[in-house]
This record gives sequence, C-alpha cells and structure tokens, in this order.
Amino acid sequence: MQSRRQKRLFSILLVIGLIAGAIGAMLFALSQNINLFYTPGQLVQGLGEGKIKPDVGQRLRLGGMVVPGSVKRDATSLKVSFDLTDDSGEIATVEFEGILPDLFREGQGIVAQGSLKSATVLAATEVLAKHDEEYMPPEVAEAMKGIRHVPPSQLKQSERSSANYGG
Amino acid sequence: MIPELGQLTLTFAFALSLLLGVVPLVGSFTANERALLVAKPLAVGNFVFTLLAFIALCWAFYHDDFTVVNVATNSSSILPWYYKLTATWGSHEGSMLMWVMILAAWTALVAQFSKGLPLLMQGRILGIMGLINVGFIAFSLFMSNPFERSLPFYPVEGNDLNPLLQDFGMIIHPPLLYMGYVGFAVSFAFAIAALIGGKFDSTWARWARPWTLAAWMFLTLGIMLGSWWAYKELGWGGWWFWDPVENASFMPWLVGTALIHSLAVTEKRGTFKSWTVLLALGAFSLSLLGAFLVRSGVLVSVHSFAADPERGVFLLIFLLIVIGGSLLLYASRMHSVRSQARYELFSREVMLWGNNVFLLTATLVVLLGTLFPLVHKELGLGSISIGEPFFNQMFYYLNIPFALLLGLGPWVRWKQQKAAPLLKPLSMVAVFSLILALGTLAATQSVTANLALLGLLLGAWVGLSALLEIYQRLQQFGSLSKGIAKLQASHYGMTLAHIGFAVLVVGVAMTLTYSEERDVRMEIGDRVVLAGYEFELQDVYKLNGPNYGGEAAELDVRTVDGRYVTHLHAEKREYKIQRMVMTEAAVHARLSRDLYVSLGEALPGNAWAIRVYVKPFVRWIWLGGLLMSLGALIALLDKRYRRPTTAVEVRHA
Repeated sequence: MQSRRQKRLFSILLVIGLIAGAIGAMLFALSQNINLFYTPGQLVQGLGEGKIKPDVGQRLRLGGMVVPGSVKRDATSLKVSFDLTDDSGEIATVEFEGILPDLFREGQGIVAQGSLKSATVLAATEVLAKHDEEYMPPEVAEAMKGIRHVPPSQLKQSERSSANYGG
Repeated sequence: MIPELGQLTLTFAFALSLLLGVVPLVGSFTANERALLVAKPLAVGNFVFTLLAFIALCWAFYHDDFTVVNVATNSSSILPWYYKLTATWGSHEGSMLMWVMILAAWTALVAQFSKGLPLLMQGRILGIMGLINVGFIAFSLFMSNPFERSLPFYPVEGNDLNPLLQDFGMIIHPPLLYMGYVGFAVSFAFAIAALIGGKFDSTWARWARPWTLAAWMFLTLGIMLGSWWAYKELGWGGWWFWDPVENASFMPWLVGTALIHSLAVTEKRGTFKSWTVLLALGAFSLSLLGAFLVRSGVLVSVHSFAADPERGVFLLIFLLIVIGGSLLLYASRMHSVRSQARYELFSREVMLWGNNVFLLTATLVVLLGTLFPLVHKELGLGSISIGEPFFNQMFYYLNIPFALLLGLGPWVRWKQQKAAPLLKPLSMVAVFSLILALGTLAATQSVTANLALLGLLLGAWVGLSALLEIYQRLQQFGSLSKGIAKLQASHYGMTLAHIGFAVLVVGVAMTLTYSEERDVRMEIGDRVVLAGYEFELQDVYKLNGPNYGGEAAELDVRTVDGRYVTHLHAEKREYKIQRMVMTEAAVHARLSRDLYVSLGEALPGNAWAIRVYVKPFVRWIWLGGLLMSLGALIALLDKRYRRPTTAVEVRHA
C-alpha cells in the first residue's frame, strides 16, 4: 500500500506543480498584454492620483473625439493623421496607415490602439469605431461628459415626434 | 390584437412553467405518481404557448406593426420580408423570447424522448427544466417585454434593423447558438436530478450523453457560423477576435467538450462521477454567465445589446441562484459518492483526465482574459483591455500537449495499457505526420515557417492517428466489411470529430502563417499583386439597393502569369434609415485559399482605399468545425442511447 500512497502523493504534487506553473505563466502573459486606456487629457496630465504618464514606446489605447477638420490624408498612400480631444481640451495626435473603419467620422468618438511615438503622438496599429452610430466607447463617453453628444437616433426621434407621428 | 395575444400566451406559458417547476418536484418527494405524470403535458403545453408567443412576435414584425416598440426600433417597412422575420431575434427582447422558446422546445423534447427513464427521474428532470423556464419567461415578461406598445403615439416608420444583422448569417447563427447554450440546461437538469436522487450509476451518464452531444453539436455549429459571418461581414478578414462575447460562447463550449469526454468515462467505467456532475453544472452556469455578459452591458463588444443595468441585476441574481444553489446541493450530496473503479497511470481514464485538465485550463485562460478588465475597472485601477496576443499565446502553448495527447488517447485502453503494443502504430503515425507536414510545406516552398510546420505536424498526428486507429479497430471484427457494419456509431463520431479538430488546427496554423494582407490606394485601372495573384480595379459605381445606397467595386483577378481566376464584386453599403455604413466583402473561396477584397473609403483624386487579402486554408477552420459537429451528430445517433434502460449492464468497449 505504501507504494500506492506514494504514487498518489506524487501525482498530486505533480498536479499542483503543473497548476501553479500554468497560473504563473498565465499571469505573466496577462501582465504583458494589458493595454491601459488613456484619454488625451490623461495623456497630457497623467493618469490617476499618481499622475502617471505613459513612456514613449508603451502600448496603450487612446480614446476621444475626432477633432473636426484635423483629418489629414497623404495624397499617394493610405497614411492618415487626426487629432483626438476630450473635455479637458487637451489634444493628442493619432497616426495611422490603413483603412479607417466604416464609421470613422469627424466629431465621432473612437478608440485607437498602438504605441506612443512621442508625448502626445500615438502610432496606431488599429482604429476602432463601433458599427453603430449610437456607439460611443464607454470610456470615451465618461471622459467627455462636458461635450454634448446626441445619439443620431434621439435626434431622429425628436424630428419625428414633431413631424411624423400618426394617429 | 395579435401582440396582446402573444403576451397572453407568454403569460400562460409562465403559469404552466411555474406548475412544471413545482408539481412534479413536490410529487417526487411525496411519491405522488399523478403529480409526476403531469410533468409531460405541462412541458408540452409550456412549449406550445411560448411558440405561439414567438409566432405572434414574428407576425408583428412581418406586418410592420410599429405600434410595438420592439418592431419600431428594429425593423422598417422597406426591409425585405425575410429580414423582417429575422429581425424578430435581432433585438434584445426578441432574442430573449427566442431563447425562451428554444428552452421550452428542449424541455418538451426531453418530455417526449424520456420514455426509457424512470418516472421519478423524468419528473425531477422536467421539474428542474421548468424552474429554469420560470426564470427566463419571468425575465422576458417583466424585464424585457417584446410586445410593449407605444400607443397612442407611434411612429409611422421603423428605425430599421441594424445593417450588420441583415445577412444570411443572422438567420441561422443565433438560433443555432441558443440551441447550444440552452441545450446545456438539459445536462444541467440531469445532473441536478441525479444529485437530488443521490444515485450515480452509469445509466445516468448514458441518459445524459446524447443530450449533451446534441447541445454541443449546436453550439459548435453556432460558433462556427458566427466566425464565418464575422469574417465576411465585418470586412477585415478576421475569423476570431477574442471579443468578450465570443469568449462568452467559447467558455461553455470548452467545458461542454470536457463534459462529453468525462461523461464517456462515467458511462463506460463508472468513475469520474462527481467530476462529471460538476462539469454539467459548469457548462450551463457558463452559458448563463454568457447571457449575463451580453445582455447586462457590462462588457462592450460588437455583439452586446444596449446596456440596461436593471436587466443585468436580474440576470446576475438568477445566475447566482443557479450557481449557488447547484453548488450547495453538490456539496451536500457529493461527499458520499465514491468511485470504485481502479485504473493505472497509463490508461484511457488518465488520458481523458488529461483532456479535461487542458480544456479547463483553456476555460480559465478565457475567463481570466474576459473578466480581468472588468475587475480591474471596478477596483478603480483604470480601464484596460487584454490584447489578443495573450489569448493567442496561451492557446498556442496549451494546444501542443493537447493535440499530442489527442492523437494518443483513442489508442489507449480502459484500466491499463502496456506501452509496447502502441509503439509500432504510433511511430508509424509520427513518421508519416512528419513526411506529410514537410511535404506540404515543401510544396508551398517555405520550409522555415515554424507555426505552419507545427500546425501541420499536430494536425497530421491527430488526423492520421485517428484514421489508423479506426482502421485497426475495424479489422478486429474479422474483416473490414464486417467491422464497418458492426462498429458503434459513437466510435465513428469520435473519429470524425477528432479529424475535424485536426483540420481546424491545420487551418488556423496555415492561415496565421501565410495570410497576406494589403491596404492599398487604387484608382480605376490600377493593379496590385499579392501572393501570386494580380488584382485589377476595373470600375467603381453607385449602388441602389432596396434600403441602402453606396458604392460597388468590380475587380478582376489573374495569376501573375496572366491566367484569369475570377471576378470580384465588393460593396460598401450605406443603409438609409440607420445611416450606417457596411462593408460587403467580395470573397472567392477555394479549399486551399480565399481571395478577399473589401472596399474602403473614397480618397481624394478619384481613388479608393481597398483592402486585399489572400488567406490560405481559411476554409479549413470552418470545415473542421463542421466535421466536429457532424461527428457529434453521428455519435448521438448511436443505437445504445435508445435501448430501454432496463438493460443496465454496460458493455466495456
């Protein structure tokens, strides 16, 4: 019986070791892949109580409203740059090469993911705007409490209520 | 009128489900046969009334009844009729009603096909199903009423269906997915009924197996279709995004897969009992967690419905009751259960145990990656997102031992296996896998690609091993032809599903390695060469659809040596009512590769942004999923699941 018990002890230790290793590896991988979310204001002033500013080269997500008139396209390639802002009034620039999402528009809230090129310039690998006009990423909505954003459907609703209601 | 009738029948269904959730369960404790017998008609009645309610909602959508808020916000009169019908389950309220209807359908099916079960067991299973019905019908009636009217002031035109949902995928993706999600409620009910009764013999596992397989089959199909739909509809050529809502459907799938394998051990060997029950509880709990994540608005994704905290609270409470209640029951009953069977370290039991370990680790990875951002935010540490590389990396490492084990598993006998007899066939499989993998890579002239080599190796290992194993098994019957007729359907199912997994692995590895993508600026007449194909933009013109406008691009594709391949037609639609822009990608699909073109925005200077992809082997991903569900279908048709349960003895196959 002793050998049987030893066998069992061994297999239990093996399992615990494997689980611990797996969880450790998982948490390490997780910590490597966290992308913090910033708004332009947080990028300039720092995030949270510690006023932590991201380092140049760090991967992060930047969300805000596209400043009208700031979208500049390259004439011969798909390079594009635009500015984002939030209720702090600070401005950050996003540089991107590729096709912008269908719902990318000036005045729209978007999220760009990429790495920081300089203090307020993000080299984006991905630009996200949800496939829904009412969508505003919640982080963006929170950061832009000061700026009035009327979802298109509400706009339509109010137009409709004045004109189109039938009996 | 009709919507009111719908509401009324749903209320009837609610009453019936209440009775179903109470009477047979009480009857099972008081040994009241009449109370147990009433379960079946109640289950059928519950289904009939929820179906009527669902049809009433379909009717309202079909006839553009904009007095119903749900119709007004999710449909319009210019929508084609088939999308009007599918808009029924395009909204939160409508899809919840469909969920309820499918749950009632599963309940009625269990009532119909449970003749072999003892009456006591029948009553308990249906009673548990009834309680789950109560929860969801209550949610539909009180929290998300699909029949709500906006009288007397109603709009003359609806808000239209989200253009993303105006697609063939929408017609079948949600029903299949829900069939899968809700199907795990059956396994759950079986587990709870067994816990109440305190009897866990192999017959219990035999009853639960076909139901679990059916649910798993639907979930597999649903997830696969969702992936295919996203691929062609979202316009950036991805087939899996590790989106929180995808993850929410992937977790029950992983646990469900573990459950199928663990049920096999419980049925054949009578061990792993408490583990199997725990998995059955887990699969359904994760389905509920998925429903909560999608419908409460705590997570943001392309899939989520409009946020509504009240609904979230209801679902959260329901989730806690189900998980808490079942775990409490589990803890109070399970300590007395002891598995008697003995097995050695190298045995089928341990192999399947390994399968479960890897599948659950994968579940943990997905759960962690999905919920971590939520926790992080709630703790006030700021908003974060977990990057795709995390999931990809973890699944890469998990998949290697998993696939190696999978190739080995079916060869290993129950109880005990000597290593020597397996050496010859398995080394043969290993050698041929190596030849096949290297051969394929040599044919595509790129032997250096590590991921592709690994994927091909693992895929060939799993696939060849499954084929050789079934070939040997067939020969054991004397002759091949005799074997083909005699071998159990479940064995064919297993082999097919494993080959499906192999195909999937090859597809993923090849697509990830060899996909080529380019975003280019093109004027009419411009050409772009990618992966040996030349795309020429011939024309871009205005579109005029029934409820959309926009632009369409025409492209010709030739190989670089000038042979004509195909013509592609990509669209960028602007839906008039919702003012949304949608990309309709043009795809030319072959087993070995997809050509994929999507039209981007118009650029200054009469040019367009165009995205061109060549994606080798991407079809294999969905083909693999299809084979897996087909395997499940064949396995669940196995004759032994329809044998009367009086024949309790279990054949050791």
